[in-house]
Amino acid sequence: MTTNTRYKNRPVKAEDGEEKEYVGFATLPNQVHRKSVKKGFDFTLMVAGESGLGKSTLVNSLFLTDLHKDRKLLNAEERIHQTVEITKHTVDIEEKGVKLKLTIVDTPGFGDAVNNTECWKPITDYIDQQFEQYFRDESGLNRKNIQDNRVHCCLYFIPPFGHGLRPVDVEFMKALQDKVNVVPLISKADCLTPTEIRKMKDRVREEIEKFGIKVYQFPDCDSDEDEEFKQQDRELKESTPFAVIGSNTVVEARGQRVRGRLYPWGIVEVENQSHCDFVKLRNMLIRTHMHDLKDITCDVHYENYRAQCIQQMTSKLTQDNRVESPIPILQLSTPDVETEKLIKMKDEELRRMQEMLQKMQQQMHEQDL
Amino acid sequence: MAATDVDVFSNEEKRSLSLGGHVGFDSLPDQLVSKSVTQGFCFNILCVGETGIGKSTLMNTLFNTTFENEEASHYQNGVYLRPRTYDLQESNVHLKLTIVDTVGFGDQINKEESYKPIVDYIDTQFENYLQEELKIKRSLFNYHDTRIHICLYFIAPTGHSLKSLDLVTMKKLDSKVNIIPIIAKADTISKSELHKFKIKIMSELVSNGVQIYQFPTDDDAVAEINSSMNAHLPFAVVGSVEEVKVGNKTVRARQYPWGVVQVENESHCDFVKLREMLIRVNMEDLREQTHARHYELYRRCKLEEMGFKDTDPDSQPFSLQETYEAKRKEFLGDLQRKEEEMRQMFVNKVKETEAELKEKERELHDKFEQLKRMHQDEKRKVEEKRKDLEEEINAFNTRKVAAETLSLSQPLKKDKDRKN
Repeated sequence: MTTNTRYKNRPVKAEDGEEKEYVGFATLPNQVHRKSVKKGFDFTLMVAGESGLGKSTLVNSLFLTDLHKDRKLLNAEERIHQTVEITKHTVDIEEKGVKLKLTIVDTPGFGDAVNNTECWKPITDYIDQQFEQYFRDESGLNRKNIQDNRVHCCLYFIPPFGHGLRPVDVEFMKALQDKVNVVPLISKADCLTPTEIRKMKDRVREEIEKFGIKVYQFPDCDSDEDEEFKQQDRELKESTPFAVIGSNTVVEARGQRVRGRLYPWGIVEVENQSHCDFVKLRNMLIRTHMHDLKDITCDVHYENYRAQCIQQMTSKLTQDNRVESPIPILQLSTPDVETEKLIKMKDEELRRMQEMLQKMQQQMHEQDL
Repeated sequence: MAATDVDVFSNEEKRSLSLGGHVGFDSLPDQLVSKSVTQGFCFNILCVGETGIGKSTLMNTLFNTTFENEEASHYQNGVYLRPRTYDLQESNVHLKLTIVDTVGFGDQINKEESYKPIVDYIDTQFENYLQEELKIKRSLFNYHDTRIHICLYFIAPTGHSLKSLDLVTMKKLDSKVNIIPIIAKADTISKSELHKFKIKIMSELVSNGVQIYQFPTDDDAVAEINSSMNAHLPFAVVGSVEEVKVGNKTVRARQYPWGVVQVENESHCDFVKLREMLIRVNMEDLREQTHARHYELYRRCKLEEMGFKDTDPDSQPFSLQETYEAKRKEFLGDLQRKEEEMRQMFVNKVKETEAELKEKERELHDKFEQLKRMHQDEKRKVEEKRKDLEEEINAFNTRKVAAETLSLSQPLKKDKDRKN
């Protein structure tokens, strides 16, 4: 599909060399564009990480809005026994006629308590809930207005103060790797010098491989793309995990007003590629790979969930012998385990009987002799 | 002096007299100083903070040397303390410096027990000193004092407030050691955020009743600088051992694409303040506080636990010796009783096992008899079968012979018939 749509429509030469006939389905991309603009897009982004790592600031910087106007931050003693909550903020933003319904799912309280065992459970439960709801809606009778609340991407913030991934980071990513696209980020990167950033990225990549964590992989670009695009793509892949800095303030730097952080020793510009990978993250998340993230959520994570769900339900049904589900179950063509066992047993018995018969025949034969 | 004078001596009021000339005892402090210098000083620092927060780097920066240190991993099962002792010398002053690192702090998923190894370590050092003090033949002047004089608590620069683990740990430590909280990796917080952060931290500490170390303001010479420093707590520090050229000097700094953070620049971070307070001004006071306040508290609690009191119900001062003797007798009596109990238990157990073994022996014997009998039965049966088989064989043979003779005579018969 990919190569074909990128090719310009080659004119079809008729057999007897007549004038080229222009069919006209080259306008399909434009039609798709028009329809999609009319329909509007939606995207659900989840941010997870300990408090104080700059999650809200980064989201504000990414979408250039202020989502968390009146936030109440908890004190340390209130956080000793805190449980993880899930909060949703939905905004409708528009750019050049394209409407985007953006939902940010925040996870305040993650990793803040003294005992953080299974602190990711509320998050996985939330994601499963969204999948289940979509599953029910999809199997319902009226499918006109299905609300897609499935989480398309989860940005996980790794603190830059350590030497790499910590046990809680590893456990969280492993718990979520099969349910959502996990994009790890190194947060507050203005505390690391360029050498330290490189070391940290290498460390994190090594540990991700060592622990077998399946993070979101950028799709490979096609072989017929031009060199520049391929080079960009390669650079993008080599600079994961992105080291990001966010800012809520606009400062004056080099004669321009930019988003940045003002220090006594200099100004950190958020959109400066040599300062941090914010631009790469924004391009990846919004400008190039947003739809790919949605596709993988639909095609891979959701399908996994659906298959699991159905399997569980059917095995439960054959055990209970009750037909009571909102979803019509097709007759299973494969025999299930019980009957197979019975068949095997009967085969064994038959074989044994045959052998005994043979033996007796032989004996009688010998006796006759 | 008569004996009566000695009794009255303690209640007499001391009169101050003025001297007629220069006696010379104003050299006492100098004598003390020269004695301490020859003895050498000893200082113990405990660094508490998450892995990777910059404890080792800060120590290197403070003492301008490189203490060997490998990077710790994040995957320790629990927290453990790693004390390292170094001998440093500056001018003619010797310093025996012990740096205790907390490895694995803050890395576990369940951090409820994280503070315990730290508290245990501090208590152990106090206990060792107490033991040395209570010895009969003791050598306190020679004793290597390992009690922790200062605990530097490294706070992660989140910019919001203290972490819950920090609060819990500091509460457990504030009565055992002098705590100075510092904000680590402070080059990630801008000036305005830093101001708010410091205020938030101090208010949280105050509202939770955590007692951190206050620089002493009773000594005139240092009162002013100490009280101004008290207002700057917690210090926001940046550590670095790398040297960067700034202007025409080489200073210790961190080089970023957007600027250079100089460690010793007061407008960049509070490192200089920390060094002043910790090393140049208040080191001796820290040692004193550790001995006079924290150690005394520990000693009092420990001895009260053991049952010692300063005055008995009749308000007569208890002699340590008598209490000690009484305790000792009690303890020995306890020991004897326990020994008796254990011996009884042992004897009982031996009896039980003997009885069990006898039972088992009997069972085995019975089984053996049974098996023998079965064996004999089997043998008999096999014998009978053999006899049967033999009879059958004989019968078969006789039948065979009979059949053969019959078949031999048969053709004769047939011939006879045919002939007939």
